[in-house]
Amino acid sequence: MPNTITVYIDGQAYQAEEGQSILQVAMSNQLDIPHLCYHEDLPIEANCRLCLVESEGKITTSCTLKASEGMKVSTKNEELVEMRQENLRLLLASHVKNCPKCQKKQPCPAFGLMQKYGVTSEEYQRKMLDLAVHKMGSAAEFDPNLCVKCGRCVNICAEIGINFLKIEGKGADAHLTYNQNPKVDCIYCGQCTVHCPVNAIREQSHLEQVEAALLDKDKILIAQMAPSVRTSIGEEFGQEVGLNMEKKMFTALRQLGFEKIFDVNTGADITTMIEAKDLSNRLKKRDAGEATALPMFTSCCPGWVKFLEFYYPDFIDHLTTARSPQIHSGAAYKTWWADKAGVDPSKIVVVSIMPCTSKKYEAEMEKFNFEHKGHKLKPVDFVLTTREMATLLKKNQIDLPSLEESEADTEGEYSGAAAIYGASGGVMESALRTATHILTGEEMPNLELEEVRGMKGIKRATIKIGDKEIKVAVVATARNARNVLEEIKRNKEAYDYVEFMACPGGCIGGGGQPLTSTNAIIKKRIAGLYSIDAKKNRRRAHENKVVREFFSYLTDKPLLAEKILYTSYSAKNKFE
Amino acid sequence: MYQDELLAKIEEAGLVGRGGAAFPVHLKWQRIKSLKNPKKYVVCNASEGEIGVEKDLYILKNYPEEVIRGLLLAMDFLGTKEAYINFNKDYYQATKNKIDPLLDLCRKKGYLVSIFQEEPSYIGGETGALLNAIEGKKTQPRPESPSPSLKGIFGYPVLLHNVETLYDIARVSMGTFKATRFSTILGVRNEGVYQFGIKQKVADILRETNNYPEFPFFVQVGGGASGEILTSDQAEQAVVGGCGSIEIYKTSTSSKQFLDKIFNFYAKESCGKCTPCRDGSWQLQQMLAEIEEGSEITWQKIAPIIKVMEKSSYCGLGKSIALPVKSYAKNILGIEI
Ligand code: SF4
Ligand code: FES
Repeated sequence: MPNTITVYIDGQAYQAEEGQSILQVAMSNQLDIPHLCYHEDLPIEANCRLCLVESEGKITTSCTLKASEGMKVSTKNEELVEMRQENLRLLLASHVKNCPKCQKKQPCPAFGLMQKYGVTSEEYQRKMLDLAVHKMGSAAEFDPNLCVKCGRCVNICAEIGINFLKIEGKGADAHLTYNQNPKVDCIYCGQCTVHCPVNAIREQSHLEQVEAALLDKDKILIAQMAPSVRTSIGEEFGQEVGLNMEKKMFTALRQLGFEKIFDVNTGADITTMIEAKDLSNRLKKRDAGEATALPMFTSCCPGWVKFLEFYYPDFIDHLTTARSPQIHSGAAYKTWWADKAGVDPSKIVVVSIMPCTSKKYEAEMEKFNFEHKGHKLKPVDFVLTTREMATLLKKNQIDLPSLEESEADTEGEYSGAAAIYGASGGVMESALRTATHILTGEEMPNLELEEVRGMKGIKRATIKIGDKEIKVAVVATARNARNVLEEIKRNKEAYDYVEFMACPGGCIGGGGQPLTSTNAIIKKRIAGLYSIDAKKNRRRAHENKVVREFFSYLTDKPLLAEKILYTSYSAKNKFE
Repeated sequence: MYQDELLAKIEEAGLVGRGGAAFPVHLKWQRIKSLKNPKKYVVCNASEGEIGVEKDLYILKNYPEEVIRGLLLAMDFLGTKEAYINFNKDYYQATKNKIDPLLDLCRKKGYLVSIFQEEPSYIGGETGALLNAIEGKKTQPRPESPSPSLKGIFGYPVLLHNVETLYDIARVSMGTFKATRFSTILGVRNEGVYQFGIKQKVADILRETNNYPEFPFFVQVGGGASGEILTSDQAEQAVVGGCGSIEIYKTSTSSKQFLDKIFNFYAKESCGKCTPCRDGSWQLQQMLAEIEEGSEITWQKIAPIIKVMEKSSYCGLGKSIALPVKSYAKNILGIEI
């Protein structure tokens, strides 16, 4: 335990932990010191110079000022206020020019700071650099001209283990750019977008397309929300972190004009079925002495898949051939549900609401397209991030917290196993519940695999399935993935099954989540997900009746089943 | 010579660093020596980036033996065999015919002195930025604490000295130290680098070197960008501080001409890390560009930026803009900003 000390901020005594910065002390006591480059999970850059305070007659940045016993700090004098304002004017020069085009709307951290500190951003003109917006696949993009060089995106990208982004150039020519090294590429995880305070790096928006589709009378709009969105979107509306907003979201989606409210969770149950089968088959093959690629890797995170296809293509046989949840359920709606409801599948527009930017890239992949009833179809038409969804609701004056609760449509049924897909370890846990059923004909006795839960970047466990011992690992972020893959290179038998996610904590810490994301907040969102599972009567994917119905629909359609349930992988080039 | 003896002589001679900060050399030596790290480096900074300061180049050309001798003495004192010379790339080109053979000799004696060449820049002389550059990182300053020289290169502490300091150390060891310093003198008949006593007054130096202007003038001392502005009267009493330069301006120099030089320098040399210096210096440059020759200088717009740069810049570079601008406004124009 660190020592507790006392510091005096504006004459008031506060308890602090030794080693904390004055900014941290202030923040944990709800004292207001403006800051923009500081992020609690990232290295201190101290470049925005907004968090100024005075201590011992010296003006200094509170993010770098370490609290010491008896320290006296002033945060309020006139000179400080004036200088913070001036730095804010310089930093955000011309910022509002972009607001009409910006999708972020409120809460925009930059705009919030401007309002609070009486700065319009029109006091100075920003230096316009002759640099184009750079697109990262079909997932994210950055505009160097909006960037404030805080370095948060660069640092999180390094933290994730990719190092795609960098700031180049001197003085006012300093600008955000990407790594030219042909061996380094973006994996579309979007962590940079959730760490950008000024919307310079952001998702590639699908809002306009979705708004247009919602107005198109000829279309049948289906909404499906990912597991993670329900326990994070509340943050955009000032709700308690981790609160499950699912039932209010169903109402909200109906109010927006979606005709059918289904759930990516149903897709997650489909994925679990296919993936558990794939795992069981591989294990059986190995037992029979046949060649098979083990350990098997999960494939539901497109950022991870891109990582493997780009950095470690030799391993692609290890990826499960199961498609990902949104792709599974999207195709299920356009085949099974369309037939059942008697609608023309080409009229269906599937919109996924995801905590993720790489899901946008995934939705655009040709390889997932299929044919049904003579139409060429793609499983998912558009993907909105949690942030985009919040924007859409706000634009339509839908105040989520005050809505009545409602249920999803029948075909949106899901099991508890699906709910936890959003947390790192959840996919593994779900698959093992069903694999146990497949391999032993019995149900897993203990449904809570505590060893694979939580925020640790690499979790290892040995799980008993019948008399078999399965060695598993659960990995979050590319940095950790690299370590585990290198370990597997050295020891092919280290694991039987490994779950990989690109983002810290899994999808729940995804790149499409609210900007409020920090590791501490992600933890609370995760708790929300596990409590959904614990409350469900059906906690195993194979108990999901809707999924069973879908599979029985496919029994006499092997070609279609092959097309919409499985996928393959290929080595990728830079920018692919 | 025994090391303690040399240290005592250095202290007695009152040697201070000639990079601009004027920190006592013997204290720096003791501090780095007392560290327990298994490895240490000596780094010679040969990349002065201030406008019109060329005394390091002059010393390298004329006294390369002394500089290298000083470097070896510092290495022996620390008990290390490894050093770097952080060279402004142009300086290296201009002096390598003399430096390279000397370094070959060092190598034969078992001292490994590596040359690090960098693009000429002002920030490249800032301690943290310089060490970052040697490590292959971006040339940007490091946090004030822990002290950049303690974290040094790849975690090993660094004893960093400017070229002139090493020259002084060599002189002390040879018993020929005379408490002098070198300065570039600019804007005069006989421009060039001169050596003179550290207590000599600026006006006297100008007279002695036959450079005292015949026209009304003001003078900038201690760096052609960051140096202080003095009237010719003030020059009678002032000595050279900061880095070694004396630059004469005709009193007829307009405010726009003078500020243009300063603002352009900072806009060009800012490393781009922090808001006040990066954006402030650019705004200043823009503002001035919009003022026509002969029109009023908009001090009320300039002053807040100067202030925020002075008080809130990340490193000394951004902060240092205040001295020339404020002293110019006060001493020459008679206004407080
Ligand atoms: S003051 Fe700021 S921008 Fe200027 S050189 Fe120092 S760190 Fe870089
Ligand atoms: S938050 Fe302290 S300088 Fe940016």
